[in-house]
Amino acid sequence: MWAVKVNIELKKGVLDAQGKTTHKALHSLGFHNIKEVRVGKLIELQVEGGSREEVERQVKDMCLKLLANPVIEDFKYEIEEQ
Amino acid sequence: MKFGVVQFPGSNCDLDCYYALNDIMHVPVEWVWHKQESLDGFDCIFLPGGFTYGDYLRVGAIARYSPVMTAVIDFAEKGGLVIGICNGFQVLTEAGLLPGALIRNECLHFICKQQTVRVENIDTPFTGMCQKKQVLQIPIAHGEGCYYADKETINRLEKNNQIILKYCDVNGNISKQANPNGSLSNIAGISNKTRNVFGLMPHPERCIEDCLGSDDGRLIFESILMYFEKKNILVK
Repeated sequence: MWAVKVNIELKKGVLDAQGKTTHKALHSLGFHNIKEVRVGKLIELQVEGGSREEVERQVKDMCLKLLANPVIEDFKYEIEEQ
Repeated sequence: MKFGVVQFPGSNCDLDCYYALNDIMHVPVEWVWHKQESLDGFDCIFLPGGFTYGDYLRVGAIARYSPVMTAVIDFAEKGGLVIGICNGFQVLTEAGLLPGALIRNECLHFICKQQTVRVENIDTPFTGMCQKKQVLQIPIAHGEGCYYADKETINRLEKNNQIILKYCDVNGNISKQANPNGSLSNIAGISNKTRNVFGLMPHPERCIEDCLGSDDGRLIFESILMYFEKKNILVK
Protein backbone atom coordinates (compact mmCIF):
# COMPACT_ATOMS: atom_id res chain seq x y z
CA MET A 1 0.00 0.00 0.00
CA TRP A 2 1.21 3.47 -0.88
CA ALA A 3 0.22 6.68 0.87
CA VAL A 4 0.15 9.55 -1.57
CA LYS A 5 -0.20 13.22 -0.69
CA VAL A 6 -0.95 15.57 -3.54
CA ASN A 7 -0.50 19.29 -2.94
CA ILE A 8 -2.28 21.62 -5.28
CA GLU A 9 -1.76 25.35 -5.33
CA LEU A 10 -2.67 28.20 -7.61
CA LYS A 11 0.12 29.19 -9.96
CA LYS A 12 2.08 32.31 -9.17
CA GLY A 13 0.32 35.15 -10.94
CA VAL A 14 -3.15 33.65 -10.59
CA LEU A 15 -5.20 35.75 -8.21
CA ASP A 16 -5.63 33.88 -4.94
CA ALA A 17 -8.67 35.63 -3.50
CA GLN A 18 -8.89 33.18 -0.57
CA GLY A 19 -5.23 33.70 0.28
CA LYS A 20 -5.58 37.47 0.15
CA THR A 21 -8.63 37.50 2.39
CA THR A 22 -7.03 35.10 4.87
CA HIS A 23 -3.96 37.34 4.88
CA LYS A 24 -6.11 40.35 5.78
CA ALA A 25 -7.86 38.37 8.52
CA LEU A 26 -4.52 37.30 10.02
CA HIS A 27 -3.37 40.88 9.90
CA SER A 28 -6.41 42.08 11.79
CA LEU A 29 -5.71 39.41 14.42
CA GLY A 30 -2.36 41.02 15.04
CA PHE A 31 -0.11 38.83 12.91
CA HIS A 32 1.61 41.74 11.25
CA ASN A 33 4.70 39.91 10.05
CA ILE A 34 2.94 37.75 7.43
CA LYS A 35 4.27 38.53 3.97
CA GLU A 36 1.95 36.39 1.91
CA VAL A 37 -0.77 33.75 2.28
CA ARG A 38 -1.59 31.22 -0.40
CA VAL A 39 -4.46 28.77 0.02
CA GLY A 40 -4.18 25.42 -1.74
CA LYS A 41 -5.51 21.95 -1.20
CA LEU A 42 -4.22 18.62 -0.02
CA ILE A 43 -5.52 15.39 -1.48
CA GLU A 44 -4.58 12.12 0.24
CA LEU A 45 -4.78 8.86 -1.62
CA GLN A 46 -4.29 5.27 -0.52
CA VAL A 47 -3.04 3.34 -3.55
CA GLU A 48 -2.85 -0.42 -3.67
CA GLY A 49 -0.09 -2.49 -5.29
CA GLY A 50 2.39 -1.65 -8.01
CA SER A 51 5.90 -0.32 -7.85
CA ARG A 52 6.79 3.21 -6.77
CA GLU A 53 7.37 4.11 -10.44
CA GLU A 54 3.97 2.80 -11.47
CA VAL A 55 2.24 4.67 -8.66
CA GLU A 56 4.11 7.84 -9.54
CA ARG A 57 3.10 7.53 -13.18
CA GLN A 58 -0.52 7.04 -12.13
CA VAL A 59 -0.50 9.99 -9.74
CA LYS A 60 0.97 12.29 -12.37
CA ASP A 61 -1.69 11.17 -14.83
CA MET A 62 -4.46 11.75 -12.26
CA CYS A 63 -3.14 15.24 -11.54
CA LEU A 64 -2.98 16.24 -15.17
CA LYS A 65 -6.39 14.79 -16.02
CA LEU A 66 -8.49 15.62 -12.99
CA LEU A 67 -6.94 16.56 -9.66
CA ALA A 68 -5.31 19.77 -10.87
CA ASN A 69 -6.08 22.17 -13.69
CA PRO A 70 -2.73 22.98 -15.32
CA VAL A 71 -4.13 26.29 -16.62
CA ILE A 72 -4.31 27.71 -13.10
CA GLU A 73 -2.70 25.22 -10.73
CA ASP A 74 0.66 23.60 -9.95
CA PHE A 75 0.90 20.27 -8.17
CA LYS A 76 3.46 18.38 -6.11
CA TYR A 77 3.18 14.94 -4.59
CA GLU A 78 4.83 12.71 -2.01
CA ILE A 79 4.63 8.92 -2.17
CA GLU A 80 5.34 6.80 0.88
CA GLU A 81 5.23 3.03 1.24
CA GLN A 82 3.12 1.80 4.14
CA MET B 1 -33.44 21.04 -36.44
CA LYS B 2 -33.21 20.21 -32.81
CA PHE B 3 -31.81 21.77 -29.65
CA GLY B 4 -30.54 19.75 -26.71
CA VAL B 5 -30.23 20.79 -23.07
CA VAL B 6 -27.76 18.68 -21.12
CA GLN B 7 -28.67 17.65 -17.60
CA PHE B 8 -25.82 16.86 -15.25
CA PRO B 9 -26.36 15.98 -11.62
CA GLY B 10 -26.49 19.44 -10.04
CA SER B 11 -27.59 21.39 -13.11
CA ASN B 12 -30.22 23.90 -12.01
CA CYS B 13 -30.77 26.21 -14.97
CA ASP B 14 -31.70 23.35 -17.26
CA LEU B 15 -35.44 24.07 -16.94
CA ASP B 16 -34.88 27.77 -17.67
CA CYS B 17 -33.00 26.90 -20.88
CA TYR B 18 -35.68 24.42 -21.88
CA TYR B 19 -38.41 26.99 -21.16
CA ALA B 20 -36.61 29.66 -23.21
CA LEU B 21 -36.24 27.34 -26.19
CA ASN B 22 -39.57 25.55 -26.00
CA ASP B 23 -42.02 28.10 -24.63
CA ILE B 24 -40.51 31.36 -25.82
CA MET B 25 -38.60 30.56 -28.99
CA HIS B 26 -40.92 27.66 -29.95
CA VAL B 27 -38.16 25.45 -31.31
CA PRO B 28 -37.84 21.68 -30.93
CA VAL B 29 -35.83 20.86 -27.82
CA GLU B 30 -34.97 17.65 -25.99
CA TRP B 31 -33.26 16.80 -22.74
CA VAL B 32 -29.84 15.20 -22.98
CA TRP B 33 -28.96 13.09 -19.94
CA HIS B 34 -25.31 13.26 -18.85
CA LYS B 35 -24.88 9.55 -19.53
CA GLN B 36 -25.95 9.86 -23.14
CA GLU B 37 -23.10 9.01 -25.49
CA SER B 38 -24.42 10.31 -28.80
CA LEU B 39 -25.70 13.67 -30.00
CA ASP B 40 -26.81 12.48 -33.41
CA GLY B 41 -29.68 14.56 -34.76
CA PHE B 42 -28.94 17.65 -32.67
CA ASP B 43 -27.92 21.01 -34.12
CA CYS B 44 -27.25 23.02 -30.98
CA ILE B 45 -26.38 21.90 -27.45
CA PHE B 46 -26.87 23.93 -24.27
CA LEU B 47 -24.77 23.25 -21.19
CA PRO B 48 -26.85 24.96 -18.49
CA GLY B 49 -25.86 26.67 -15.27
CA GLY B 50 -25.85 25.04 -11.88
CA PHE B 51 -23.45 23.32 -9.54
CA THR B 52 -22.56 20.09 -11.30
CA TYR B 53 -21.36 17.47 -8.84
CA GLY B 54 -21.58 20.06 -6.07
CA ASP B 55 -18.67 21.99 -7.60
CA TYR B 56 -16.44 19.45 -5.85
CA LEU B 57 -12.70 19.55 -6.55
CA ARG B 58 -13.06 22.48 -8.98
CA VAL B 59 -16.08 23.93 -10.75
CA GLY B 60 -16.90 21.79 -13.78
CA ALA B 61 -14.01 19.38 -13.19
CA ILE B 62 -16.09 16.26 -12.57
CA ALA B 63 -18.82 17.02 -15.12
CA ARG B 64 -16.12 17.38 -17.75
CA TYR B 65 -15.66 13.59 -17.56
CA SER B 66 -19.36 12.72 -17.87
CA PRO B 67 -19.99 10.35 -20.79
CA VAL B 68 -21.93 13.08 -22.62
CA MET B 69 -18.86 15.32 -22.74
CA THR B 70 -17.02 12.98 -25.10
CA ALA B 71 -20.02 13.37 -27.41
CA VAL B 72 -20.07 17.17 -26.89
CA ILE B 73 -16.37 17.44 -27.78
CA ASP B 74 -16.93 15.33 -30.89
CA PHE B 75 -20.04 17.36 -31.80
CA ALA B 76 -18.13 20.66 -31.40
CA GLU B 77 -15.20 19.40 -33.45
CA LYS B 78 -17.62 18.63 -36.28
CA GLY B 79 -18.91 22.22 -36.15
CA GLY B 80 -22.03 21.76 -34.01
CA LEU B 81 -23.09 24.77 -31.96
CA VAL B 82 -22.37 24.48 -28.24
CA ILE B 83 -23.28 27.15 -25.71
CA GLY B 84 -22.23 26.91 -22.06
CA ILE B 85 -23.87 29.27 -19.62
CA CYS B 86 -22.29 29.94 -16.21
CA ASN B 87 -21.46 26.47 -14.89
CA GLY B 88 -21.73 25.31 -18.52
CA PHE B 89 -18.95 27.80 -19.38
CA GLN B 90 -16.85 26.37 -16.54
CA VAL B 91 -17.39 22.84 -17.87
CA LEU B 92 -16.33 23.96 -21.38
CA THR B 93 -13.04 25.39 -20.10
CA GLU B 94 -12.35 22.29 -18.02
CA ALA B 95 -13.04 20.17 -21.11
CA GLY B 96 -10.57 22.24 -23.12
CA LEU B 97 -13.21 23.35 -25.64
CA LEU B 98 -12.54 26.93 -24.55
CA PRO B 99 -9.23 28.33 -23.28
CA GLY B 100 -8.58 29.63 -19.77
CA ALA B 101 -10.36 28.93 -16.51
CA LEU B 102 -12.91 30.46 -14.16
CA ILE B 103 -11.74 31.04 -10.63
CA ARG B 104 -13.14 32.44 -7.40
CA ASN B 105 -14.57 35.96 -7.73
CA GLU B 106 -12.01 38.56 -6.69
CA CYS B 107 -14.38 39.80 -3.98
CA LEU B 108 -14.99 36.21 -2.76
CA HIS B 109 -18.75 36.79 -2.65
CA PHE B 110 -21.34 34.93 -4.62
CA ILE B 111 -22.73 37.67 -6.87
CA CYS B 112 -26.34 37.62 -8.00
CA LYS B 113 -27.45 40.77 -9.79
CA GLN B 114 -28.39 42.45 -13.04
CA GLN B 115 -25.27 43.16 -15.07
CA THR B 116 -24.51 45.07 -18.23
CA VAL B 117 -22.26 43.53 -20.85
CA ARG B 118 -21.06 44.88 -24.17
CA VAL B 119 -21.15 42.78 -27.32
CA GLU B 120 -17.61 42.80 -28.70
CA ASN B 121 -18.13 40.61 -31.73
CA ILE B 122 -21.37 40.30 -33.69
CA ASP B 123 -19.88 38.02 -36.30
CA THR B 124 -20.76 34.82 -34.44
CA PRO B 125 -23.72 32.41 -34.52
CA PHE B 126 -24.63 33.62 -31.02
CA THR B 127 -24.57 37.39 -31.48
CA GLY B 128 -25.57 37.98 -35.10
CA MET B 129 -28.77 39.78 -34.09
CA CYS B 130 -26.94 42.25 -31.84
CA GLN B 131 -25.66 45.65 -32.84
CA LYS B 132 -21.98 46.36 -32.74
CA LYS B 133 -20.96 47.31 -29.17
CA GLN B 134 -24.57 46.90 -28.03
CA VAL B 135 -25.04 46.97 -24.27
CA LEU B 136 -27.17 44.13 -22.95
CA GLN B 137 -28.62 43.74 -19.49
CA ILE B 138 -28.25 40.11 -18.47
CA PRO B 139 -28.20 38.80 -14.90
CA ILE B 140 -25.20 37.07 -13.40
CA ALA B 141 -25.22 34.59 -10.50
CA HIS B 142 -21.90 33.01 -9.66
CA GLY B 143 -19.19 32.54 -7.08
CA GLU B 144 -16.52 31.50 -9.53
CA GLY B 145 -16.77 33.71 -12.58
CA CYS B 146 -13.40 35.40 -12.60
CA TYR B 147 -11.96 34.60 -16.02
CA TYR B 148 -8.26 33.80 -16.02
CA ALA B 149 -5.85 32.84 -18.77
CA ASP B 150 -2.16 33.55 -19.25
CA LYS B 151 -1.14 36.73 -21.04
CA GLU B 152 -0.43 34.97 -24.29
CA THR B 153 -3.91 33.43 -24.35
CA ILE B 154 -5.59 36.77 -23.55
CA ASN B 155 -3.65 38.41 -26.39
CA ARG B 156 -4.65 35.62 -28.74
CA LEU B 157 -8.33 35.96 -27.73
CA GLU B 158 -8.17 39.71 -28.37
CA LYS B 159 -6.41 39.29 -31.69
CA ASN B 160 -8.82 36.64 -32.99
CA ASN B 161 -11.89 38.54 -31.75
CA GLN B 162 -12.81 35.60 -29.54
CA ILE B 163 -13.91 37.85 -26.70
CA ILE B 164 -17.63 38.08 -27.35
CA LEU B 165 -18.92 39.83 -24.22
CA LYS B 166 -17.24 42.19 -21.79
CA TYR B 167 -18.56 43.52 -18.49
CA CYS B 168 -19.31 47.21 -18.84
CA ASP B 169 -21.26 50.00 -17.16
CA VAL B 170 -24.72 51.06 -18.38
CA ASN B 171 -23.13 53.36 -20.95
CA GLY B 172 -20.97 50.62 -22.37
CA ASN B 173 -17.72 51.75 -20.78
CA ILE B 174 -15.31 48.95 -19.94
CA SER B 175 -13.71 49.73 -16.60
CA LYS B 176 -12.51 48.11 -13.41
CA GLN B 177 -15.59 49.48 -11.60
CA ALA B 178 -17.85 47.75 -14.12
CA ASN B 179 -16.08 44.43 -13.60
CA PRO B 180 -18.04 42.46 -11.00
CA ASN B 181 -15.67 39.56 -10.41
CA GLY B 182 -12.12 40.48 -11.38
CA SER B 183 -12.17 38.78 -14.80
CA LEU B 184 -9.12 39.61 -16.90
CA SER B 185 -9.93 42.12 -19.66
CA ASN B 186 -13.50 42.29 -18.23
CA ILE B 187 -14.24 39.03 -20.04
CA ALA B 188 -17.83 37.83 -19.63
CA GLY B 189 -17.99 35.48 -22.62
CA ILE B 190 -15.64 33.98 -25.20
CA SER B 191 -15.83 31.69 -28.19
CA ASN B 192 -13.43 29.20 -29.67
CA LYS B 193 -11.50 30.13 -32.77
CA THR B 194 -14.08 28.63 -35.12
CA ARG B 195 -16.92 30.48 -33.31
CA ASN B 196 -19.13 27.43 -32.82
CA VAL B 197 -18.46 27.06 -29.09
CA PHE B 198 -19.55 29.92 -26.84
CA GLY B 199 -19.16 30.21 -23.08
CA LEU B 200 -20.56 33.05 -20.97
CA MET B 201 -21.09 33.73 -17.29
CA PRO B 202 -24.27 35.86 -17.66
CA HIS B 203 -27.60 34.05 -17.97
CA PRO B 204 -29.46 35.00 -21.18
CA GLU B 205 -32.11 32.36 -20.43
CA ARG B 206 -33.09 34.38 -17.36
CA CYS B 207 -33.97 37.51 -19.30
CA ILE B 208 -36.15 36.51 -22.19
CA GLU B 209 -39.40 38.22 -21.21
CA ASP B 210 -40.18 41.77 -20.12
CA CYS B 211 -41.63 40.51 -16.86
CA LEU B 212 -38.17 39.21 -15.93
CA GLY B 213 -36.76 42.73 -15.91
CA SER B 214 -35.09 42.47 -19.30
CA ASP B 215 -35.56 40.54 -22.49
CA ASP B 216 -32.08 41.22 -23.83
CA GLY B 217 -31.26 37.53 -23.52
CA ARG B 218 -33.62 36.83 -26.41
CA LEU B 219 -31.05 38.33 -28.76
CA ILE B 220 -28.71 35.42 -28.09
CA PHE B 221 -31.46 32.89 -28.84
CA GLU B 222 -32.67 34.82 -31.89
CA SER B 223 -29.11 35.03 -33.17
CA ILE B 224 -28.79 31.24 -33.06
CA LEU B 225 -32.08 30.87 -34.97
CA MET B 226 -31.00 33.42 -37.55
CA TYR B 227 -27.73 31.54 -37.98
CA PHE B 228 -29.63 28.35 -38.75
CA GLU B 229 -32.07 30.15 -41.05
CA LYS B 230 -29.15 31.53 -43.03
CA LYS B 231 -27.79 28.03 -43.32
CA ASN B 232 -31.21 26.90 -44.53
CA ILE B 233 -31.71 24.63 -41.59
CA LEU B 234 -35.42 24.56 -40.85
CA VAL B 235 -36.11 26.10 -37.50
CA LYS B 236 -39.56 24.62 -37.06
